[in-house]
Amino acid sequence: MGRDNHIISFPFKGIPTDVSDQGNAQIGLHLRLDRLAFGDTLVVDDLDLTLEPGKITCLLGPSGVGKSSILKILAGFIPLPEKSSLTCSDGEPVTGRISYMDQHDLLLPWASVLDNLVIGARLRGEAPDVGKARDLLHRVGLADRYDARPAALSGGMRQRVALARTLMEGAPIVLMDEPFSALDAITRFRLQDLTAGVLGGKTVLLITHDPLEALRLGHAIYVLSGNPVALSEPLLPEGTIPRDPADDMLKHHYSEIMTRLAASTEEAP
Amino acid sequence: MRFLRLVITIGGLLLIWGLITEITGLPKFILPSPLVVLNALTSNAGLIAVNAVTTALEILLGLFFGITFGMMSALMISAYRPARQWVFPILIASQAIPVFAIAPLLVLWLGYGVAPKVVMSLLIIYFPVTVSFLDGLNRTEAAWLNLAGLLQQSGRRSRLMNAFCLYRYIKIPFALPSLASGIRVAAAVAPIGAIVGEWVGSSSGLGFLMLHANARVQTDLMFASLLVLTAMALLLYYLVDHGLRHALPWLSDQQKPLT
Repeated sequence: MGRDNHIISFPFKGIPTDVSDQGNAQIGLHLRLDRLAFGDTLVVDDLDLTLEPGKITCLLGPSGVGKSSILKILAGFIPLPEKSSLTCSDGEPVTGRISYMDQHDLLLPWASVLDNLVIGARLRGEAPDVGKARDLLHRVGLADRYDARPAALSGGMRQRVALARTLMEGAPIVLMDEPFSALDAITRFRLQDLTAGVLGGKTVLLITHDPLEALRLGHAIYVLSGNPVALSEPLLPEGTIPRDPADDMLKHHYSEIMTRLAASTEEAP
Repeated sequence: MRFLRLVITIGGLLLIWGLITEITGLPKFILPSPLVVLNALTSNAGLIAVNAVTTALEILLGLFFGITFGMMSALMISAYRPARQWVFPILIASQAIPVFAIAPLLVLWLGYGVAPKVVMSLLIIYFPVTVSFLDGLNRTEAAWLNLAGLLQQSGRRSRLMNAFCLYRYIKIPFALPSLASGIRVAAAVAPIGAIVGEWVGSSSGLGFLMLHANARVQTDLMFASLLVLTAMALLLYYLVDHGLRHALPWLSDQQKPLT
């Protein structure tokens, strides 16, 4: 816990953001989902979601509402259902341009931090870019831990390694499935700052059940509710991210989101 | 601590054994006392050592080939699903047929030397190694496979190359703990194959020695050979266990060892 201290003073803005190669091209993503059912349970019916290029879009909703299913369709973990479409704003296929960060760090327990970062290259049979991996470790504040095994790191550090790995391939689209939900409040707060710093310019979908997290990081926030799930009108908070939680505007939006979430849970049977 | 525990256990068992022979007063060709056995052990040390080397060689070769074939079978079945239907019946049969039943055949075909014993050890080991490794290979977490699939998307390699890398960097390492349990079982049962083989037909080995000692009512020599065999089996198991733990250091980060 205490080892995460130096993060707060880490100078994000002074560090060049284009360590990644293809990250400069900003690509939007548009999902038209006709219907998604697991067995007899209809999870999603007629959903339209646009990820603005270079922006962080948050999907906010209670557990079990179907947030992750939407992300899994975008990532291709669940095949795209019939009559649905997934298109990039530049008309190119989405394949190979997405990176993904899970709630669990998904680090290989036998491999060092550095080996975990270059696993993508290894899996593709390419020569690993160790220099880039070290740069990214430096950016997430773990430059001196490149040789450690994941078990020797705290939960917050492991998620920082996972964040760095997410940036390794330089994919322009980043999908994050409740990436900080397993962390304690203060570690989560620091990681949100760090994430806002390193993800600048990427098209991000962030799934979360924490309204404050969405308000700190999201350029557009959708509240999910109902069964089958429906999207709210997007909430578009002003100001640069990461936003200060003490901001009055944030407090105002917070109560609005809580009202929407409360309404949605009352509707549920 | 572990060593002390071992000494106490062995000492306790020897004491009980000695007391039984002392109280019942059984003749030494029925149940020799520990001292008589010790005497047989020292006076036949050279004979026992020569035969123990043969048995140890058979066990080690059986382990090596059994583990190698078991791993290859598991990889084949895991990578190419239809292979399962072909290999599995052989796999089950290798375990279901008592080695005693085919031991005479193996001796008939392969002679009185080391070969039939190695094959018998192999037959006993093959099943636990294959099944445990296969189980590990089939149980890679879906989240990791998803992530690996995504990471491979931007690559330009063939599907075969991708599959190879997936096994090399994800599936096999994740399956190693399961394989290790299989190898532990293999190390514990490998001596059975070698001894059964020697019992059926051989010209040297601890099984051979025991068979002949038994026929000549040299019960003390038989006990001495048995003790050496037990010590070898224990040593083998603990060496394998120790080696596996060294080879998979990240496991001890996560969980306490079982033994």
